[in-house]
Amino acid sequence: MSERTLYGITALFDAPGKILDASKAATSEGYKNFDSYTPYPIHGLDNVMKLKRSYIGIVTLILGMTGVISLVTFTWWANSVDFPMVTGGKPYFAWPSYVPLMFEMGVLFGAVSTVIALLAIWLGLPRNSHPLHDTEFMKKVSDDGFGICIEAKDPKFDQKQTESFLRSLGAVNVEPAYYEAQSFTLRQLVLDPKFIIAIIVVAVVSSATVYWGLNKMLLIRPWSSLNDQEKVLPETRSEFYPDGFAMRPPVEGTVARSQMPYEFTANDLASAGKYLANPLLPTPQVMRVGQREYNTYCSPCHGYFADGDSRLQGQFPSPPSLHTDSLRLAPDGLYYSVITNGFQGIMPSYARQIPRDERWAIIWYIRALQKSEHVEASVAK
Amino acid sequence: MNVSEIIDTQKLKNIPSSYSTFGWTLLILGVLLTVISFAVNPRHASFGLIMTLTFVATVGIGALFWVGIEYLSSAVWSTPMRRPFEFISGVIPLLIIIAVPLLFNMKTVFEWTHRTLYKDDPALLLKAPYLNIPFFIVRTILVFLVWWLFYYLIIRNSRKQDTTRDQNLTTKNIRLSAGFIPVFGITITVFSIDWLMSLTPDWYSTIFGVYLFTGAAIASLAFATLLIVKLNEKNLFPVKLTSDHYYNLGTFLFAFSNFWAYIGFSQFMLQWYGNLRDETIWYIPRIHGSWAVVSIILVLVQFLVPFFFLITKPAKMDPRRLVFISIWLLAAHAVDIYWMVMPVYSPDRAVFALSEVAFLVLSVGILLSVFAYKAKRNNMVPIGDPKLQRGLEFHI
Repeated sequence: MSERTLYGITALFDAPGKILDASKAATSEGYKNFDSYTPYPIHGLDNVMKLKRSYIGIVTLILGMTGVISLVTFTWWANSVDFPMVTGGKPYFAWPSYVPLMFEMGVLFGAVSTVIALLAIWLGLPRNSHPLHDTEFMKKVSDDGFGICIEAKDPKFDQKQTESFLRSLGAVNVEPAYYEAQSFTLRQLVLDPKFIIAIIVVAVVSSATVYWGLNKMLLIRPWSSLNDQEKVLPETRSEFYPDGFAMRPPVEGTVARSQMPYEFTANDLASAGKYLANPLLPTPQVMRVGQREYNTYCSPCHGYFADGDSRLQGQFPSPPSLHTDSLRLAPDGLYYSVITNGFQGIMPSYARQIPRDERWAIIWYIRALQKSEHVEASVAK
Repeated sequence: MNVSEIIDTQKLKNIPSSYSTFGWTLLILGVLLTVISFAVNPRHASFGLIMTLTFVATVGIGALFWVGIEYLSSAVWSTPMRRPFEFISGVIPLLIIIAVPLLFNMKTVFEWTHRTLYKDDPALLLKAPYLNIPFFIVRTILVFLVWWLFYYLIIRNSRKQDTTRDQNLTTKNIRLSAGFIPVFGITITVFSIDWLMSLTPDWYSTIFGVYLFTGAAIASLAFATLLIVKLNEKNLFPVKLTSDHYYNLGTFLFAFSNFWAYIGFSQFMLQWYGNLRDETIWYIPRIHGSWAVVSIILVLVQFLVPFFFLITKPAKMDPRRLVFISIWLLAAHAVDIYWMVMPVYSPDRAVFALSEVAFLVLSVGILLSVFAYKAKRNNMVPIGDPKLQRGLEFHI
């Protein structure tokens, strides 16, 4: 048997008013190392025990502000330094949208760190017990009793005198509390096989639960409705079609919506010029569309006025001016063919970028540009 | 319960005449200043009067809200302090007098009264069935009438209890309050839309009524706290209030200052993020030029300073600090109203002229003189209230 050490004298009372009186008496008697235990907070107890103001509030404030500052720093770094990205047309560091996050992080850091700080500083983590733990006294004061414990380390402590003092206050039960000094060394608690087994059990159970929840539970029926479809999965054969393919090719000659194929071969400029005609009328709307598309796609090489004065001069072969006589007299279909198919491997095809109608609108705009540089003298007057 | 043991009956109606003198001086001075400012610049003065109306209305109806909440929640701690709130809410019948000059003068302040200006604005045309002069006047009178009705009934019952000691009157007032609180929520929203939001008629915000409510709750509580703590510290209050009573007042001030910031920021962030013309139109003048300075000052005075000032427990219990922060929060509410109203008058830069001085002097004058008037004629504590004894024994 290990040696039992005296921790203090405990006294139990049966009413919250009495614990206030007892604490007051103990303070005025000169005791300093004592504590009052109640099942719920009793207002005024701090005052009669002459406790100093707890500094846990300052700890919470500092840790909460740490959360806020780390959030601000991280969002600033992530959104304006590491990967600057415009979101919703806002500046990189769009602080108003971070305020809810600052609040959340302040609360989270403040709350969690306060609990950890309380456990670590006041209860002495990793110590997981207290000399009064598991005593009848503690069971009573965490249920319906109100207790006071004057500790043996108090300079005024004297076992007999303290006991009679507590009795004189009207305590229901006065008892000394002992503990085994050995059981409160840190090393033993951390290396306790029970403690280690408990940690391992918690780790295994929690990871198994997470694994099962994510990988197995979600595939159990009521949740798996989307996985469980009547369809042909990849790498499997269709049992419906004799050829085993699930996808059907479209019917021969099918044309997708708004995807009219180009009728002639790419090099057949003559046929294009002969058979294709501009389906649009040169209305102001068409001219505006043509101007917009021309300026977007054509002007980088051909120049804003079709003079062939490329903005990419020197980096790319310059196209000819579109104001030459042969090109002015060339039919619309020829322009259409060149825009659609490209030209001589130098000008690429613009069929993917520019829809059909807009190609024709561009041709109207080119015609207008050409006319602007060949004004008859009589018209100019 | 023996009332005379806990209440100093000498002091029940013993408000010092300095309150009355000071209040009436400010009131007369304020009326004079308002008249002069109307002569100098009628448009500016009309905006000043809207600020006065909003300030007095929010403090008055906010005080009645606290009275109603006390009955509804059967709160005990605030019973000894209920009467100052009732006295402050005595301004409610006067609101219509402040509003009359504006009702005859609507074309100078409300843009929407000029139909021709928004012939092409579909949003304003949609609002025309609500925003028109006859309906506006009807709504204003109706809102003030409903406020006055609840004020009259609740205060009458409370006052009757002083002589009859009838506990059923408390039950009656609880029922009245249960009716009043939802009506209050609707009417203060109507008031905020009519008098403040409609100054920028094409602006949309669904939270504005709550925003004004938070301001009303802070301002009325701050004004009552100021008077209660002052009277109690000078030993003029008929019962002895403890620092535990103070603590609750301070906690509510702290809470509603935070609530104000929460609502104000919610409105700002959603509209800033949405970036829609109908929403940002209200903020654009307020975040540019000298109004931006006023906006920052507003956040400082109504939220940040009170937050750090009141965060500790001793600050909420210390009478001197409570008096200071009450005056501070009343001033903050004035800045808040200034910030809501005046950018409409002068969108380019902040203005401070005679009309603003008249607003401050007249508002404080009305509130203080009405308080002094009511306090001289009614008991300072509800001596017949069954909760009074427990309220005095209250400790945290």
